[in-house]
Amino acid sequence: MDEQRLDGNAAAGVLAEIFTFEVTTARAACAHCGATGEVGAQMAYVTEIGTVVRCAACDNPLIRVVRQDEGPERYWLDLKGVEYLQLRERM
Amino acid sequence: MIRVAEAPRKLAWRIGEVVESSPDTPRTKSLFLEVPGWEGHRAGQHVDVRLTAEDGYQAQRSYSIASAPEAGRVELLVERLDDGEVSPYLTDELRAGDGLELRGPIGGWFAWETREGGPLLLVAGGSGIAPLMAMIRHRKAAGNDTPTRLLFSSRSYEEIIFREKLEQLAAGDETLQIIHTLTRSRPEGWTGYARRIDEQILNEVAFSPEERPLAFVCGPTPLVETVATALVGLGHEPTRVKTERFGPTGG
Repeated sequence: MDEQRLDGNAAAGVLAEIFTFEVTTARAACAHCGATGEVGAQMAYVTEIGTVVRCAACDNPLIRVVRQDEGPERYWLDLKGVEYLQLRERM
Repeated sequence: MIRVAEAPRKLAWRIGEVVESSPDTPRTKSLFLEVPGWEGHRAGQHVDVRLTAEDGYQAQRSYSIASAPEAGRVELLVERLDDGEVSPYLTDELRAGDGLELRGPIGGWFAWETREGGPLLLVAGGSGIAPLMAMIRHRKAAGNDTPTRLLFSSRSYEEIIFREKLEQLAAGDETLQIIHTLTRSRPEGWTGYARRIDEQILNEVAFSPEERPLAFVCGPTPLVETVATALVGLGHEPTRVKTERFGPTGG
């Protein structure tokens, strides 16, 4: 399946499987270039294999999620591309 | 009495019931769903829809919600893509009374509530109108008068999605303006725009940067990227331009 370049919002579904907070409105700081912005404003690449959210400024992978559906559901979550994620309760 | 906060619930799949399936344009249909326990949504959010074949093969797609949060039923706009895995089933096979597996509402970023104000600049290409329609309907249902402009690109007059519904919403509402552009064919006597959205159209239609509009742009990737780049080039704040790209495939 072709990789699709989409908005961070396209990662909202898989991220909502893992986080109880809304992640697309969380602020992420890029560990590579230092840019900060809401996750929804970054770029998302969605394939059958997994989802990668990349920094809109420098293309550094911020968040990577892989889900294994066979057998008990398992997730791999790689956050080493973010300096921090600032999650907020919805007002 | 002790009140216990409800534990956060993992995003779960559930079955919605199709209560109505009605054609809108030659290639699009509106599916109206009753979803048991639906918590309500924010205008601009989407749902994931999942189809499972008899052999267990699953296909999943995202569809924006076109209905206002105030409406009782969830309306999904589905464009039929001839080589799609999901959309031909939704437009051709699914009938009132059928169940549809979905989860949501999803995505808080591309969403608008009246308290966020405006002015509101909405730019849509084709079926990208769906989440913006939810915003326009929400604004109307809430009796809100945020100055709003919709710039809507369609291929032809017949393919303008929600054309009559948009006309009804704009009738008698001086704070809602709808501007169409038709990129492939025009009816005789058409006086509106007749080309793909470009910087000049946006310069004429978008609010000025000084008015600090909140912009939501939804449609095919090339349209979204052209519009977002042009708006920033015209001096609009990048953080007030929110985009939702449809992928090159999908369906």
